[in-house]
Amino acid sequence: MGDHHHGPAKGLSRWLFTTNHKDIGTMYLWFSFAMFILGGAFAMIIRAELFQPGMQLVEPAFFNQMTTLHGLVMVFGAIMPSFVGLANWMIPMMIGAPDMALPRMNNWSFWILPPAFLLLASSLFMEGGAPAFGWTFYAPLSTTYAPPSVTYFIFSVHVLGLSSIMGSINIIATVMNMRAPGMTYMKMPLFVWTWLITAFLLVAVMPVLAGAVTMMLMDIHFGTSFFSAAGGGDPVLFQHIFWFFGHPEVYIIILPAFGVVSQIIPAFSRKPLFGYDSMVYATASIAFLSFIVWAHHMYTVGMPIAGELFFMYATMLIAVPTGVKVFNWITTMWRGALTFETPMLFSIGFLVLFTIGGFTGLMLSIAPADFQYHDSYFVVAHFHYVMVAGAVFSMTAAVYYWLPKWCGRMYNETMGKTHFWISFIGFNVTFFPQHFVGLAGMPRRIPDYALQFADFNMMSSIGAFIYGASQILFLYNVIATIVAGKPISDEKVWDGAEGLEWTVATPAPYHTFETPPKIDPTHAHS
Amino acid sequence: MCFEAKRLAKLALGPVLMLMSLVSTAALAAGEAVNEINMPRGVTEVGNNIFDLHMTIFWICVIIGVVVFGVMFYSIIYHRKSRGVTPSQFHESTKVEIAWTVVPFFILIGMAVPATSTLIEIYDVEDAEMDILITGYQWKWKYEYLSDDGENVSFFSNLRTSQGEIYNASDKGEHYLLEVDEPVVIPVDTKVRLLVTANDVIHAWWVPELAVKKDAIPGFINETWTLATEEGIYRGQCAELCGKDHGFMPIVVNVVSKEEYGQWLDTKKSEAAEIRDLMAQTFTMDELMDRGKAVYERNCLACHGGNGEGGVGTPIAGSAIATGQLGGHLEIGINGVPGTAMQAFGGQINDVEMAAVITYQRNAFGNNMGDMVQPIDVFNYKKG
Repeated sequence: MGDHHHGPAKGLSRWLFTTNHKDIGTMYLWFSFAMFILGGAFAMIIRAELFQPGMQLVEPAFFNQMTTLHGLVMVFGAIMPSFVGLANWMIPMMIGAPDMALPRMNNWSFWILPPAFLLLASSLFMEGGAPAFGWTFYAPLSTTYAPPSVTYFIFSVHVLGLSSIMGSINIIATVMNMRAPGMTYMKMPLFVWTWLITAFLLVAVMPVLAGAVTMMLMDIHFGTSFFSAAGGGDPVLFQHIFWFFGHPEVYIIILPAFGVVSQIIPAFSRKPLFGYDSMVYATASIAFLSFIVWAHHMYTVGMPIAGELFFMYATMLIAVPTGVKVFNWITTMWRGALTFETPMLFSIGFLVLFTIGGFTGLMLSIAPADFQYHDSYFVVAHFHYVMVAGAVFSMTAAVYYWLPKWCGRMYNETMGKTHFWISFIGFNVTFFPQHFVGLAGMPRRIPDYALQFADFNMMSSIGAFIYGASQILFLYNVIATIVAGKPISDEKVWDGAEGLEWTVATPAPYHTFETPPKIDPTHAHS
Repeated sequence: MCFEAKRLAKLALGPVLMLMSLVSTAALAAGEAVNEINMPRGVTEVGNNIFDLHMTIFWICVIIGVVVFGVMFYSIIYHRKSRGVTPSQFHESTKVEIAWTVVPFFILIGMAVPATSTLIEIYDVEDAEMDILITGYQWKWKYEYLSDDGENVSFFSNLRTSQGEIYNASDKGEHYLLEVDEPVVIPVDTKVRLLVTANDVIHAWWVPELAVKKDAIPGFINETWTLATEEGIYRGQCAELCGKDHGFMPIVVNVVSKEEYGQWLDTKKSEAAEIRDLMAQTFTMDELMDRGKAVYERNCLACHGGNGEGGVGTPIAGSAIATGQLGGHLEIGINGVPGTAMQAFGGQINDVEMAAVITYQRNAFGNNMGDMVQPIDVFNYKKG
């Protein structure tokens, strides 16, 4: 290493060859936003087709490609990379480390992502069309009956998995080895904790996903019969393997969101997080439980009753640690001195809507009732309350919260609040009526529907267009801030914010904590 | 105060808008099945139990929600900085943490008890009075009434809604997308065991009012049951994504009196005998073309197009198979193409239908082959 690190390199090579956690974090964030727009465009096509009964805009086969790609792009392209980007930016700054532990691997884990998505998106232009078997790609629809592009999909998933595994190894190595002296585990900010646990989940389940797609590849091209009963295999085996990955995956998405909210709510309540220790234990319990509940996605496959009961009880248990988290956040607000800047609004929006998603999740855990809910729009409503109002709202809160620190300029508060209210209303108009049509019997993933579902679907589509449009406001606000926002120089952007990231200069210099900060041993966690 | 009221109004905007939309649609819905906002109670005891379970848990969630959000909104209103409050600094209490871990745990036990008993009831398939084998196909259902004498009644149930309605060329009927050419018929007050499987990909047989949803998995047979207590027509749909026309394979169950069911079964049996007679007949070209057109529209059109132009399937107009050797055409019609969406129709349609549809394909869409296939040809081909 040279004696001094200077500023970033100039031009394209800065971004191609960078090993700087802030640059890589920035790239992750922009990439995930681009994917969010792409996945959102797919959603707009879906909602436009569902605006009225009858087929108007697209053919059923293309509709299925849209639902599939919407799910894949949002989960693997938008939400997951956005939190990895946030981890890259914030974890070193929160634990007083100069950079991530494995900076070169960090570069790789980002740069293999764009080609993977290019590969996936290119399948739209292939003969037979893009994958059309849903983001859960159940065999044999995704093997024997899949379009030829499935092979590209498999390769793309392998690369995404590789990227995630590298990213999470890096996070584990950073958190374990690079904490500033005195920064004990139980002093780490909760965002670091939730990410550490998430990273372990990723390392545990991404190889399982890779195994599932490899078995598909073998079935398609090499004459094996893992998922075909005709050759002695079992299509349900696929679902077990998929959801053994898939259930922890939903916590991979939501745990970092919990972390973000646990930073923001105390800051705008001007009061320490209530029950820090119990938050850590609750996160760990949720992570553990996430491994033993996968088959609640499969109550209708015909499991023996003992299996059904086990998965039902285990799933219901998740309500306990999740409840603890919600109660802690609300108690944090209790008798604080609250203000409602945009990050806080999005966090409160998260709190309310995620809790509603949690309630419907509890309802879905009840196996006999799930026989009616399963694969209906009730499920679609449920997981969008958790994924959008949960993960995406908290990510949006994170951007508003840390953007001033990143670029040294303040965003437009009025525009931020407007963005929140349009998002909040648009989101609820989209997804609340979906509970109704689902309960009344509308299956998910259908391009056309019976007449009794028409009004709520139209409402849902209007809401979706509103929510979609509000993201343009967000993009505009972020760019306007970076280009021409009001310059600020206080280290502490928010008067109630705690943590090491608020001790460095604003905007955060290219290199921070080249010498480790001193941690006050008497000071509690941040 | 005024400032605060404005804030409050802002906060309340979202929920108020949602409530308004709910009320307006609920008003529209009065008395009709449209804009239903809840699960149907249905016409089975299991359905009733599931409905009660669903409502119990819903109200428990509502109560918890009111308390939790009540506390939160109290805090949002009274603990705001603009009121000049000094933030307290308390940040932990083991007692409180234990309380809100233990209390929810007991609430969950309260939910688990009725859930378990309902589940046990659903899993009890013993003592069924009759069996129906349900097989999912891309994209239709086959029903087979199993009987001890080996004379099973079986038929396919296809979507009846026309392409014109779907593509907005004509007005949509009352049961748009939820109507079939031949509903499954079951007797009232009779425990019917349903054996559910699939021929190609995974489907799921779902009829909300019977409270039955079971995955149809190729190579495996799932069992479930229903006992309808009210006569009527109940409609459902495939619930598991099964490819292009997943949204177009409805289920219609006709629950009738036991006498009516007996008559229906007799009619089906005599129809089967008629078809056996037809098999021995020789048809004219016109007869074959008429029958063939109907068979084509029911079974082939979804993939091969209304004018044989292709789609998911290859084109039939001018195709090497439809204008080539008869043997090759029979082979593909009867045995399908393994590993593709082209199914083996030999077991799905009878020999008369097969003869007719092959004749039709060879003489329609500009394929003027001029040759005919008779049921006996199909029979002989199958024999080898």
